[in-house]
Amino acid sequence: MCGICGVAALDGTLSLPDGIPERMIGVMRHRGPDEFGAWRDDAVFLGHARLSIIDLETGQQPLCNEDGSVWITFNGEVFNYIELAAELEAKGHVLRTRSDTEVIVHAYEEWGDACVERFVGQFAFAIRDRRRNRLLLARDRFGIRPLYVAEHRGLLLFGSEIKALRAYPGFAPAVDPAGLAEVTHFWVTVPPRTAFVGVAQIPPGHVAVLEADPRGPAPEAPLPSRLRLRRYWHPTFLPAAEDRRRVDAQEKARIGAELRERLVDAAVIRLRADVPVGAYLSGGLDSSTTAALIHHYTSHRLKTFSVGFTDPAFDETAWQHRMAAHIGTEHVTVTVDGQDIAARFRDVVWLSETPILRTAPAPLHALSGLARSEHFKVVLTGEGADEVFAGYNIFREAKVRAFWARRPGERRRAGLLTRLYPYLKQSPPEFLRQFYGQGLEDTADPFYSHRPRWANTRGVAALLQDPGDAAAAAAEARLVAGLPDGFAGWGTVARAQYVEMTTFLAGYLLSSQGDRMLMGHSVEGRFPFLDHRLADFAGTIPASIKLESLTEKAILKHGVADLLPPDILQRPKQPYRAPDAASFATPAGRELVAAFLGDDPDSLWHSGRIGALVRKWEAGRLASVRDNMAFTAALSGRILERDFGSGFDDRLAGLVLAPGELAWRSGPGN
Amino acid sequence: MSARDTVRAYIIENFLFGDAEPLADDTMSLLDGGIIDSVGVMELVAFLEQEFGVKVADEELVPENLDSVANLVGFIGRKQAA
Repeated sequence: MCGICGVAALDGTLSLPDGIPERMIGVMRHRGPDEFGAWRDDAVFLGHARLSIIDLETGQQPLCNEDGSVWITFNGEVFNYIELAAELEAKGHVLRTRSDTEVIVHAYEEWGDACVERFVGQFAFAIRDRRRNRLLLARDRFGIRPLYVAEHRGLLLFGSEIKALRAYPGFAPAVDPAGLAEVTHFWVTVPPRTAFVGVAQIPPGHVAVLEADPRGPAPEAPLPSRLRLRRYWHPTFLPAAEDRRRVDAQEKARIGAELRERLVDAAVIRLRADVPVGAYLSGGLDSSTTAALIHHYTSHRLKTFSVGFTDPAFDETAWQHRMAAHIGTEHVTVTVDGQDIAARFRDVVWLSETPILRTAPAPLHALSGLARSEHFKVVLTGEGADEVFAGYNIFREAKVRAFWARRPGERRRAGLLTRLYPYLKQSPPEFLRQFYGQGLEDTADPFYSHRPRWANTRGVAALLQDPGDAAAAAAEARLVAGLPDGFAGWGTVARAQYVEMTTFLAGYLLSSQGDRMLMGHSVEGRFPFLDHRLADFAGTIPASIKLESLTEKAILKHGVADLLPPDILQRPKQPYRAPDAASFATPAGRELVAAFLGDDPDSLWHSGRIGALVRKWEAGRLASVRDNMAFTAALSGRILERDFGSGFDDRLAGLVLAPGELAWRSGPGN
Repeated sequence: MSARDTVRAYIIENFLFGDAEPLADDTMSLLDGGIIDSVGVMELVAFLEQEFGVKVADEELVPENLDSVANLVGFIGRKQAA
């Protein structure tokens, strides 16, 4: 894992003032503190911050092919590099190193831009092809690894984090009101948008090409108009009728066995590394499965890492210990409280580069710190199982609402919702019906599943100077336009899975709760459930045995039942959460509130309304989910404005590479 | 302050963070308008009990009593008269 960055001159002649590589690479040195490398030719500069995991001796980057005509800067892993290397050598390619990076270069030579379709992994990379005078940018299928681009004064800037682009002198993008409108609707910005004006992300599952003479239609803003994008992968599902069909016991056993085989392969291939690999253990089904697979199918002596909470409402320590004891791992825990969450919250926002609606990333920042302090650079986690195998309540909720919609007058059908959300038993049933009944019968709406969540999140926009209803609606239209062929023919649960994977998973879970918190302490996360071969297979399993009645991840549980203690297998899913507004009623939290939630006429966040929210918070009356989201959003939003605005240079100053830290690479042709 | 003004002021301060605009008129649904969620209903009930000294029974937790400023004012009036 690493950080990448670069600059390409759109007119083909790059003048790169001194010190720019040191700024762009240095500001994201947390992503790869082991080595810093750079390379350039007349038109392109490539930068790299390395976290050494595979081929420690010769895997330095940027790296080139035999004649120096193709150069790469690469962040991530291509796990099937050993098989690909053999295939490429059989075709006559000569590989000098034992790194996956070099395999990508030769795969590009052999298969062109379509090389990405052969990679099993998590990656973002840039390839400079000097013969064809072009730049290829690529991002993995689920968006595990980030990649941002911006156009600035005739230059294309790119990097693993927005701060790398922001470090280019004179490029100081403001927070984007349209981005805030999207975050207060979907929780995330919808690709290609980010939280900053003029900064775009390469959407997951896409490649982007920069050429002197671009052909085909220009991409939508804020993507630079000279780029040409192509989508090479998206999640797929069965047509609704097949998805609903009954599966007999024999077929279920066969599907469960194949699932198991593919899952084992996905986990084992993710243990390829030249450094020790550990695992996160939350105490839930998914991470317990991952850890158990490593234990059963390898001779790997496993170390596991967990986060616990002093507040028992959030704590799952007992389950974590139960699982660790079951498979005999060496287990360590870090316990966090509100003070700890508040104390690291500003750094969490600096790493996330977006407003966040929950504090839940903060404990994961503490967890990666624990792994790092135990000298681990790589961990496997259970991330992705809920999306791929239908584990979330939002899928069950959509199923209940669609069932209810078939007979809206049957009032008891809505009562099924309290089976999903036991806390709703405290809510008046009439109101429950009214809330979840919004848009009830519009089951053809592509976002049927997400309407209640999005409607509630939209309430947070009241804190903005401009709620941005038009921008939120435009983003929805963009999502609709990007839906794949066949989407309309999928069932309720499949559509919900697709929407969840392409919004919340990519934009929040894999980013603010994933890559950013892990890389904040130079730790790489690997996610067996997000192996695309497994996800493609899961897409062919009928929804009727993924979400069986209202039992979530039923076929997964069937496939791994023998690996787990029965109580872990059967326990109801506990969503991972952390104390939100309550965390800031602590010394560290009060300091942040005083520093960031006061009057600020230049802010996109409305001072008067924030004042009312803070008064409610001080009175201890922030009860609802929405109030907690609003408080966390406003605080993180204000921190983002300052630390990426007037405060940026101060943060950058301590991070710029010192003389001698950066190594310039050269090859045969350069 | 009239009951209507007290209720409006509470909703604006507590659920709209001081912004009166979304509360277009006294008959609009607080739930459909996205002003409160189902937890917000409980906050609202706690406010009524504290501010107006009324006791709200479970069977009274229905939109006809609680889901607009007008319904709330009517409900408070009926409770206080009882």
